[in-house]
Amino acid sequence: MTTTEATAPAPAVPTTPAGRAADYLDQRTGIGVAVKAFARKVFPDHWSFLLGEIALYSFVVLIITGIFLTMFFVPSMGLTTYDGPVTTLQGQTVSEAFNSTLRLSFEVRGGLLMRQIHHWAALIFVASAVTHMMRVFFTGAFRKPRELNWMVGFTLLILSLLAGFSGYSLPDDVLSGNGLRITDGVVKSIPIIGSYLSYFIFGGEFPGHDIIPRLFTVHVLLIPGLILALVGLHLLFVVLHKHTQYPGGGRTDKNVVGFPLFPVYVAKAGGFFFVVFGLLALMGGTMAINNVWNYGPYDPSPVSAGAQPDWYMLFLEGSLRLMPGQAEVVIGGFTLSLNVLIPAVVIPGLLFTFLALYPFVEAAITKDKSPRNVLDRPRNVPTRTGLGVAFLTAFIILALAGSNDLIATHFRLSINSITWVLRFALFIAPVIAFWCTKRICLGLQRKDRELVLHGHEHGRIVRTETGEYFEVHKPLTEQERWLRVNYTAHAPLELSEAAYDATTGEKNPRYRKAKRWSALSRFFFQDRIEPVTPAELEAAQHHAHPAPELAARQPETDGRVGS
Amino acid sequence: MKALAARRHHRFAPAVLLLLALLVTGALYAALAPSQATAESTTAQDVQAGKALFAANCATCHGVGAVGTSETPSLVGVGAAAVDFQVSTGRMPMQMTGPQAEVKPAQFDADQTRQLAAYVASLAPGPSIPSAEAVDPTLGDASNGAEIFRTNCAMCHNAVGAGGALSEGKYAPSLWSTTPTQIYEAMVTGPQSMPVFNENNITPEEKRDVIAYLVEQREGSAGGDPLGSLGPVSEGVWAWVIGIGALIGAAVWIGAKSS
Repeated sequence: MTTTEATAPAPAVPTTPAGRAADYLDQRTGIGVAVKAFARKVFPDHWSFLLGEIALYSFVVLIITGIFLTMFFVPSMGLTTYDGPVTTLQGQTVSEAFNSTLRLSFEVRGGLLMRQIHHWAALIFVASAVTHMMRVFFTGAFRKPRELNWMVGFTLLILSLLAGFSGYSLPDDVLSGNGLRITDGVVKSIPIIGSYLSYFIFGGEFPGHDIIPRLFTVHVLLIPGLILALVGLHLLFVVLHKHTQYPGGGRTDKNVVGFPLFPVYVAKAGGFFFVVFGLLALMGGTMAINNVWNYGPYDPSPVSAGAQPDWYMLFLEGSLRLMPGQAEVVIGGFTLSLNVLIPAVVIPGLLFTFLALYPFVEAAITKDKSPRNVLDRPRNVPTRTGLGVAFLTAFIILALAGSNDLIATHFRLSINSITWVLRFALFIAPVIAFWCTKRICLGLQRKDRELVLHGHEHGRIVRTETGEYFEVHKPLTEQERWLRVNYTAHAPLELSEAAYDATTGEKNPRYRKAKRWSALSRFFFQDRIEPVTPAELEAAQHHAHPAPELAARQPETDGRVGS
Repeated sequence: MKALAARRHHRFAPAVLLLLALLVTGALYAALAPSQATAESTTAQDVQAGKALFAANCATCHGVGAVGTSETPSLVGVGAAAVDFQVSTGRMPMQMTGPQAEVKPAQFDADQTRQLAAYVASLAPGPSIPSAEAVDPTLGDASNGAEIFRTNCAMCHNAVGAGGALSEGKYAPSLWSTTPTQIYEAMVTGPQSMPVFNENNITPEEKRDVIAYLVEQREGSAGGDPLGSLGPVSEGVWAWVIGIGALIGAAVWIGAKSS
């Protein structure tokens, strides 16, 4: 590292080959400044900060394997006859896309491995992005100044769903064609513009001849380009904002406690990339995924049992499976397919709107304007944690509904009963999950309060000379206490507007809106446990034990009562 | 001819003509319809032994003479193929009622099954047990079988025969361990919720192609462990359990303090 700083006018001529190369580069690009700043950048240490890295690394693997696949894939719906080594397909009429998928799987050396790594990496990419988003949500890492970065991350999630979906549809097998058929149905269910939009997307009536070339361009050019650009912005924001850190002694909203990027994190992150790549290669090499030759070439008539999308789209499938079919209405000769529109457009719309807007709603009801670099412990924001768990519950119920046939066969249940149970559960379970989570959080907060005020239980009962019994508690260390008291418990917003204007007596137009925000704020913060104040702590310590000096005198021997 | 002409307008004339036409059609069908090759010839002793076995094990539900009751189907005319399928897979005798009869270890040995089949087949004609050649997967065309399976069978049995759900707790079973003979018998007899695929739907040669396709699926996947061949749901479960599970494990290890 010292050699990169050799631009100083003073002698310091580099002697080693690496030093000379670095000096050459630095004199021409001034990169030393950037390297110096980055190498010294401090990152806090926690495993949950590596979840986003998993997503990043699986994206790199996706690009590497994806480039390989584009060398052999033919994005065409032109028809050909299969004559390759798969005996169960020989002589069948297939599309060029399907044919080339089989060719790259069975006739290109390493092709099947690459295809399987690519598909596993796609599943892991979305899964790690979702897990990363959960961490950000539950720890409040989206608060000021990071709301915009949350939006960037949210857009990345949507883009990764689109990337997955467009890739899933490329091989032109029965399963992917079924997925496109559902997409076509969903698009057509949109009132007025639906059928035009469907013709626009498919270049005519489904399936047409255009969709696979179009999806190919979307999948290999448009979406990866957007994802790359937004990943760059996402990381730039992390550098600008500096990384958040978990609460603890010495950590404030104004500092970052951790290790420098170089050498600690360069080694850790570099190593982690190879761990991710290695695991994905292992999965691609040993676990079969999306065996398109089993599904056969696409034909609009067959649908096989167990036809489902990849896991990240399963909630949409489940939403459609749960919806009763009677909701289709005909108004003046025009069909309004609410049975498709509600589950496939309205429900995901609501879920994604909640995700996108949540940071802004929370900012509005806390009126918190200061930058927050120390993360929340999930228990300290019970309503947010409860809402997050309720959201996940709804998502999981929809995903289960999308797998209802497999649940039926594997758990020997009736698919009809599963569907009915999940129809009710979709509305009831998130409420129960919210309530339970919030109560658990409040309980944990009370336990923290109790611990701070009274210390750890020690299991040692002491009897004083006057015959009084008490248990000796061990006070918390500074670090333990800091973790438990250093948080903000927001209070509900005071109603800022009066109902009537004080001077004119007219109705205040802003009153109703302010009242709604204040009600929402009450919903969030009415039940709250305040952190222990220093005064409370002192008071508790003062009258906790009648004779602390006696307790101190007790030998640290055992837990016998009244020894 | 005069007498015939006189009775032409008799009110029973259409009925008599209809009966005659049916008789002629039936006789022609019986004479011309392709008769199925019978795998093994049965003897009168087989029928007698089968009758005794039936009386002891099946008549409780299916009635004496296999005519059925209000709760159970008549077995007159189901043929030897149906008996062989139901008994050799252990579905019959049924242990308990439920959404559908479950597969269980067969209760009768091969001889007893043959005797039972011979008895039921003696009651009325029906599909017979296919010959070994009719179900030999090596003689079938797996590619043609794949196409037929995809359009006729996969919507219930899954693309490669891993099975799937039907309504109200019924299900299409996995075909991994079903013998070629049983697959053929199921197609011609349509057990439980399954439709009958007669010789006009799927010809005997095409049935053999389907068998060839299904037997080929038992060789496993070129891509590694097929994860039950259940499609994207099981792949998603493994992505989360193995993939995200292992990577979070690695993240905890990397994030752990060295001290």
